[in-house]
Amino acid sequence: MALLEVRDLVVAFDTPEGEVHAVNGLSFDLEPGQTLGVVGESGSGKTQTAMAMMGLLAENGRASGSVRFRGQELLGMSTQELSRIRGSSISMIFQDPISSLNPYMTIGDQLIEVLTHHRNLKRKAARQRAEEMLHQVQISDPAQRMRQFPHELSGGMCQRVMIAMGLLCQPDILIADEPTTALDVTVQSQINLLMDELSEQSSTAIMLITHDLGVIAGLCNQVLVMYAGELMEFADIDPLFSSPAHPYTEGLLKSVPRLDQIDSGILSAIPGNPPDLLSLPVGCPFRARCSYAFDQCSAHPSLRETEPDRWTRCHLDTLPKPTENKAD
Amino acid sequence: MVSSLLKIDDLRVHFEIKTGARWFKPETEIVRAVDGISFSLKAAETLGIVGESGCGKSTLARAILGLVRPTGGRIVWMGESLHDLTEDQMRGKRKELQMIFQDPLGSLDPRMTVGQIVGEPLKNFFPSMSRLQIRERVAGMLKMVGLLPEQINRYPHEFSGGQCQRIGIARALIVNPRLVVCDEPVSALDVSIQAQIINLLKDLQKKLRLSLIFIAHDLSVVRHVSDRVLIMYLGKIMELADRDTIYHHPRHPYTRALIQSVPIPDPEAERLRTRTTLGGELPSPANPPSGCVFRTRCPHAIDACAKQVPALEAVSNEDEENSGRHQVACIRQQELNN
Repeated sequence: MALLEVRDLVVAFDTPEGEVHAVNGLSFDLEPGQTLGVVGESGSGKTQTAMAMMGLLAENGRASGSVRFRGQELLGMSTQELSRIRGSSISMIFQDPISSLNPYMTIGDQLIEVLTHHRNLKRKAARQRAEEMLHQVQISDPAQRMRQFPHELSGGMCQRVMIAMGLLCQPDILIADEPTTALDVTVQSQINLLMDELSEQSSTAIMLITHDLGVIAGLCNQVLVMYAGELMEFADIDPLFSSPAHPYTEGLLKSVPRLDQIDSGILSAIPGNPPDLLSLPVGCPFRARCSYAFDQCSAHPSLRETEPDRWTRCHLDTLPKPTENKAD
Repeated sequence: MVSSLLKIDDLRVHFEIKTGARWFKPETEIVRAVDGISFSLKAAETLGIVGESGCGKSTLARAILGLVRPTGGRIVWMGESLHDLTEDQMRGKRKELQMIFQDPLGSLDPRMTVGQIVGEPLKNFFPSMSRLQIRERVAGMLKMVGLLPEQINRYPHEFSGGQCQRIGIARALIVNPRLVVCDEPVSALDVSIQAQIINLLKDLQKKLRLSLIFIAHDLSVVRHVSDRVLIMYLGKIMELADRDTIYHHPRHPYTRALIQSVPIPDPEAERLRTRTTLGGELPSPANPPSGCVFRTRCPHAIDACAKQVPALEAVSNEDEENSGRHQVACIRQQELNN
């Protein structure tokens, strides 16, 4: 049994324009110590997957399918039961660190609250543990920081506090939703380095949601590529980057300019726009933007295991070689 | 010598901010957002400006366009100092200097149709133009940026982020500007759309012989579009050089740190990469360090760095063709690079 088993997860939202399926039958496992990267564009359902797992969907959202944590079903669990798990066994770091912290409470009080609530620690013990944790995420002068309010800290510092808070109870799973997107490059690389060290030192499974393939390459073991609410490709990190099996993955990899390669002058962009979730096309959702699309693509492709631990949702067995695929 | 289109000379933009007040006595601080920036830009050239948030890159852009008043220094546009112009004369110049903004949807008026948005600059600058002429020009422009002329009567919310950015580009280009300042034009867009917009900008630049000032924090994107790159830190230039020089032979410790902190989308390369990261964070521009502003985070800082402000100097020992084009502000650049 995996630590976390997600099966056929569907997340739907009722909107005035109709029902929107943000996540469409997603399945994956998370094992202890694994770092799973989740990539996709905005609207691909990566954040809503995490929100559904945590029971944090907006009021008009519904999740169905199954999310089992240590065999225990999380979907449909009461808020009371969920809040025992949230923050202690599964914790989450959000994109915007400053607005994710409570502006009215000192950093110290927010950290201590987590421990007194989940671990029944006395305030004094909790304070000591919180200070240790701040030290571990490389915050200088933790005792001083504990007395400060979020607005007195920079964005990078707040994100470290968020990470510290997420790790306070030594969770089994840490979900990080675009943890460095709002930060500057040099601070971004500090935080990534920190995450990397933490994942090596503990057995915490990390689910890292990001649109930055560079961050994924540096931190993750496995990658899950999402498009229009569906899993398009799942693979170990090396094969995914060296020989992507899905045209969308290949398109993503090709559309980013890379500092380590000679600049060829023109980027191969993926044409078109992400599909409207309200009116998804029949067949493969990526069909309209795919340069390899053929007749069969009007039928919805199912997820296939092409090699052990390697899944793709595409009718093509292999992608054409780079030399012959530039027809446009 | 090739005359430059735009010449910035020792430009300063300082803001006074209130930091609190005791009775009857407000306390203020000076934020030096842009502090002594000089560079020039030729026709059809793209200058990339890179720096972290708060380094003054957006303020610099706004000052060039006359949207904030410089505290000191000169901006010379085609031989004419913009500082000496009256408001009316400046209005005429704005036609030649246009801007593309970061937030694609937020920079478009939600109550105007695409036709009205893109046509408005024409109405402003060419009041004698007939409605039909404007409509024709707008339709042509929409086609040029990859939108359908049939979409002319739609409203911004009906478009995706990438399409909104295309509308913003059309609005900037419709008056045939010579310089377009792009302030983080792709950072709000999805990866696959980013590439489309970058390709469009590069394409239009070549076609229309535009000069671009391309402000971004993404070093890979900047390398892809720029001819020259300017690295800013706390309101000052750290390094300025041709694109390949900056990326292959960076001389300033800050430039090096920036380049090293960019993650590479290749697991193999990531494992081999030396991950040296800069410690600390950007100091407050209201209270910058003495001497070299970068010294508090610089791995090579010595006592002397606190005492003198390093001048931006040309690198001397490079080949002659390049002489004077590579400028670095670091007192230790000679010894660190030999």
